[in-house]
Amino acid sequence: MIEIKNLHKSYKMGSNSLHVLKGINFSVEEGELVAIMGSSGSGKSTLLNILGMLDEADSGEYTLDGVPIKNLNETKAANYRNKFLGFVFQSFNLINYKTAMENVALPLYYQRVARKEREKKALMYLERVGLKEWATHLPSELSGGQKQRVAIARAMAAEPKVLLADEPTGALDSKTSLEVMELIQKINDDGNTILIVTHEADIAQMCKRIVHLKDGVIVEDKKVKQVRASSYVQ
Amino acid sequence: MFNKDRWKEIIEVLTGNWFRTVLTAFGVFWGILILIILLAAGKGLENGIKADFGDIATNTMFMWSRNTTKEYQGLPKGRSYNFKLEDVESINQEVPNLRFISPRNQLGGFRGANNVVRGLHTGAFNVYGDFPEIINQDPMTITSGRFINQSDINEKRKIAIIGEGVRSELYEKGEEVIGTYLKIQGVNFMVIGTYKKKTNDGDGEEGQKQIFVPFTAFSQAFNRGNDVGWMAITANDGTSITSVKEKIVSVVKRNRKIHPDDQRAVGYFDLYEQYNRVESLFGAMRFIAYFVGILVLLSGIIGVSNIMLIVVKERTKEIGIRRALGEPPASIRGQILLESIFLTIISGMLGIVFGALFIFGINALLDSAGPVDMFMNPSVSLGVVVGALFILVVSGLLAGFIPAQSAIKVRPIEALRTE
Repeated sequence: MIEIKNLHKSYKMGSNSLHVLKGINFSVEEGELVAIMGSSGSGKSTLLNILGMLDEADSGEYTLDGVPIKNLNETKAANYRNKFLGFVFQSFNLINYKTAMENVALPLYYQRVARKEREKKALMYLERVGLKEWATHLPSELSGGQKQRVAIARAMAAEPKVLLADEPTGALDSKTSLEVMELIQKINDDGNTILIVTHEADIAQMCKRIVHLKDGVIVEDKKVKQVRASSYVQ
Repeated sequence: MFNKDRWKEIIEVLTGNWFRTVLTAFGVFWGILILIILLAAGKGLENGIKADFGDIATNTMFMWSRNTTKEYQGLPKGRSYNFKLEDVESINQEVPNLRFISPRNQLGGFRGANNVVRGLHTGAFNVYGDFPEIINQDPMTITSGRFINQSDINEKRKIAIIGEGVRSELYEKGEEVIGTYLKIQGVNFMVIGTYKKKTNDGDGEEGQKQIFVPFTAFSQAFNRGNDVGWMAITANDGTSITSVKEKIVSVVKRNRKIHPDDQRAVGYFDLYEQYNRVESLFGAMRFIAYFVGILVLLSGIIGVSNIMLIVVKERTKEIGIRRALGEPPASIRGQILLESIFLTIISGMLGIVFGALFIFGINALLDSAGPVDMFMNPSVSLGVVVGALFILVVSGLLAGFIPAQSAIKVRPIEALRTE
């Protein structure tokens, strides 16, 4: 699903440049649930941004579902993001003057799905994350866990190839973290490819594979026995 | 571009901070209001001054004889002379594109002695010997009877058309005037018509106190022979009288044996030139109105632009999210531009409506208070309103352009990092 070869990325900080990614080689199969771990500054967020076409690599190859991702202009990148990727952020990033349903329907709007159809689909995904009766509520009326679940519903609404989650549990307490992880595992069970950036070991253990990043290179890439989040809940 | 969701969002954004939106809108509202009022005031002045020209054909010159100031062909300087009827014929043949040439003779004048008698009534009036065409150059409304016609000229009929002012001085109220006789400097003329002129300046009253008689009868009755007192010459539409007046004057000079370089012998007044001068004054006034109005509007637009920049800044994170979700940059730009245009047009429309109400109020005031000198019926044409709307759309685009550019210039990753 994802193929990365010899990826480099550096940031210019005034006169000196900061080499963040120093040649990453990495591939993800369909249906995998991968945790990308590393301390802060290891380059994991940068890697996720490049995977999410929010940022561009300096050199190296990136192929997503057989499509080479290079020389993107903003319009094309937006189109690819919309079609291929779903994002889940640490700070939820819901649009605060839109209701839960409108937030979920947003990616469909950019796909020019008709209004009725959009609302139907949005409700369906909200139901899947267990928030159907919260559809008309604004984000400010939802709890953190609920917000993240709306964000996951939004990410799934466009039926992306890959779900990218940047510290999805970073702003949540451990109980809601487990709920969110349970949901992510469930989505993965349905066959979706998911990448999670995290620095929490217990969250990483709930994935099927852990990739360790340190100082811009992959130091460890191992398959793990998945811990089901449901096993923690009472 | 015109779907329900987009408009819903525009309304949501603009109503999110009512006070700010209203303050911003006020700038544009004020600008367009000032523009409309300035244009209407200019139009009012124009209407007032043009009304003073009355219905006179403006492409007209008047020409009269004065004393010569140069010797020529053995004739002394300081000689007084008269135009002759042959001059009219020469002008007609030699100068193309003239519509009317009316030779005129005149009795009386400003503060003239009493020259008209009817029974016990006497009065001092301007008496003109005229051809029928004069009614086209100095329009008047015939209120009863008829005006001079060609047969009157040919048969030298001693008839007269009198103004309503003459009638009120020489006749009792309600008395029949048609068929009565007036004695003009001892010669009897039969009244066959009355007229009224449409002017509303100080000369209005004077204009109603004139008597028109056939040119030929006038010449015979008052011993003018072939003499012509002065001429009113109107050129065809499309040819300005200003462009042919030199030619006309030179024809007359040749016929009357006047030195070609004698600048003072032929006196003339070019109404068209005067009218043009007034026209160009109005043009300048319109220019000033647009200039000032648009500058005021511009400051309002800068206000809108400023607020849109702040809105974009506030929504940087939101824009980042939308772009992460796959909204194309063009769509974001369109959104910002639409918001800006919408705000400008709504506030501009309000400005136009208030401007119209203001003009309406002024007109009502003018109507109730009676006419004011040099000011009449201030108004703006539909064209101006359409133009103003066009200016609004363009300015909305301008106001939104920089904010929209800045919105899509921020990369989604940076926008997402903003808290």
